[in-house]
Amino acid sequence: MSPVYILWLRQMRRYVRSRSRVLGAIGQPILFLLALGYGLGSVYKRAGAGNYLEFLVPGIITQTILFSGVFWGIQILFDKRFGFLKEMLVAPVSRTKILLGNALGGATISFLQALFVFIISIALGFRFYNWAMLPVAVLITIMMCLALTSFGAGLASMVEDFQGFQGINNFIIFPLFFLSSALYPLTNAPRFLQILAACNPLSYCVDGLRWALINQSHFGITRDMIVLTITLIVCVVFAVNRFNRIQV
Amino acid sequence: MSESVISAHDVVKTFGDIKAVRSISFDVKAGEIFAFLGPNGAGKSTTISMLTTMLRPTSGKLFLNGHDVTREQDSARKSFGIVFQDPAVEEELTAYENMQMHAVLYHVPKREQAKRIRDLMELVDLWERKDSYVKTYSGGMRRRLEIARGLLHHPKILFLDEPTLGLDTQTRNLLWNYVKKLNDQEHMTIFFTTHYLEEAEAIAQQIAIIDHGEIVARGTAKQLAKQTGTKTLEQAYLKLTGKEVRDETSLSNNGLNMRTATRNRNLR
Repeated sequence: MSPVYILWLRQMRRYVRSRSRVLGAIGQPILFLLALGYGLGSVYKRAGAGNYLEFLVPGIITQTILFSGVFWGIQILFDKRFGFLKEMLVAPVSRTKILLGNALGGATISFLQALFVFIISIALGFRFYNWAMLPVAVLITIMMCLALTSFGAGLASMVEDFQGFQGINNFIIFPLFFLSSALYPLTNAPRFLQILAACNPLSYCVDGLRWALINQSHFGITRDMIVLTITLIVCVVFAVNRFNRIQV
Repeated sequence: MSESVISAHDVVKTFGDIKAVRSISFDVKAGEIFAFLGPNGAGKSTTISMLTTMLRPTSGKLFLNGHDVTREQDSARKSFGIVFQDPAVEEELTAYENMQMHAVLYHVPKREQAKRIRDLMELVDLWERKDSYVKTYSGGMRRRLEIARGLLHHPKILFLDEPTLGLDTQTRNLLWNYVKKLNDQEHMTIFFTTHYLEEAEAIAQQIAIIDHGEIVARGTAKQLAKQTGTKTLEQAYLKLTGKEVRDETSLSNNGLNMRTATRNRNLR
C-alpha cells in the first residue's frame, strides 16, 4: 500500500460511513433541479427556448462538483482543527503526495455525487441525445472534480478557521456559480453577464457538458477543453503551492 | 554516546509581538533520554513544533540526525516519531485503521505491520477494542492509542509532547517502561516535554529547564540540584522558575523574589 492510496482510502471510508453527508451534499442540487427545472420549465418553454430541465442538468452537475469539491476543502480545516493534519504533515511523505491522496479522495467523492445527481436527473425525465458522447462528459467531470477539489484544498490551506471559510463560500463559490452559464443561456443575456460568464472557468465546464449531453454549445467544445485544461493545471499548482506552506 | 542527533542553535520563534522562544540552543546526543521541563506556556511545545517541521523558526538553525530541519524537511521527518500533546487521531476510523494508516505513512515493512500493530495495541490494552471507531473511545483510550501509534515505526528519535497528561499511574508506568526499553534495546533517542518533575527525574538522563522561552539551566537532576544549591530537583526547579514565589502574595515575598531573579541571571 502506498501513502497516496491509504489517504485516498481514508477519505472513502469516511464518505461511505457517513450517510448524512451523502444525502446532504446531493440534497441541494436536487432541490435546484426540482424547483427550477419544473418551476421555470413552463416559462422557459413558452419563451420558445426548449426544455429547461435538459438545459439545467449540465449546470446542476457542475454545481454539484463545485460545492462538493470546495466543501471537501473543509475536511482540511477539520483536520487542522482536530489535529489529524499534524499527523499527516509530520509523516515522512512529501506534502505533494499527502495533498494528492487527499485530493484524489475528494475528487472521487465529488465524482460519485455528480453521478448520483445525474442518475436522479434521468429519473426526473432527462434524456440525452447521444450515448456515444458520454465519455466526453465523464472526462470533463473528472477534470473538473480534480480542479475544484484542488481549488478547495488551496483555499482551506490559506484560511485559519471556519469563519474564514464561510467568507470564501459567500464571496467566491456563490458568485462563481451564479455568474456562470449554469442557470440561464448566455446568448440573449445582458452584455456584462456574458463578459463575466466568459471569464468564469465554470461556464466552460457547463458548456462542455451541454455539448456532450444535449448538443448545445455557446463557446464550442475546443475552447471549452482548452480552458478546462488550463483551469485544472492552475488549480493543481495553486493547491500544491499553498499546501506546502501550511504551518500547524 | 558521541555525535548529537538533535541540535538547536539560537532558535527564536515570535508570533507577532509575542516571543514564544527566545534564543534557545542545545544538543541531544544519540541514545540519550532528554527532558524539557518547564511550566505551562514556557515554549516547550513551540520548540517541539519547530523540531518536527510543523513550524518554521523565526531565526536560528535546527538539525535532526544531521539534516537541516527547515531545508531538508523530508529527510528530517524520516528520522523521528512524535506523540502530540493534543489528540491527532482520525475519529471516524477504527483504532486498527488508524494504526494501519500510520504504518503505511511511515513505510513500516509490510510483513511487519500486522505483528507490530498487534503487539503495541496489546501493550496499551486496546487490542480488544481495535475495531471500534475512535470516536467511541474515552480520552485515556485515545491517548494510549496515540502512544502506540507513535511507537509503531521505531524511529531514530522519538518526541513525546506531554505524553502522560491525563493518564493513570498504570498506563504511565507501562509507557515509560516501554520507552526505556526502546531506548535501551534500539538505542532510540528520546526527547520529551513534561511538567511532572518525578518523570523527568526518573526517566531522563539530561534535563533542560525552560521558562519564558529560554533555557535557564541544564544537566542531570543531581547537577541541577547542585547548581542551585538545593537538595532535590523539585527545589531546583522552583528556584529556577520561581513558581513558588510568583504564586504567593507579592508583598511579603519581595526579598525572595529578588533573590530568585538574581540567581536566574547568574545561572545563564
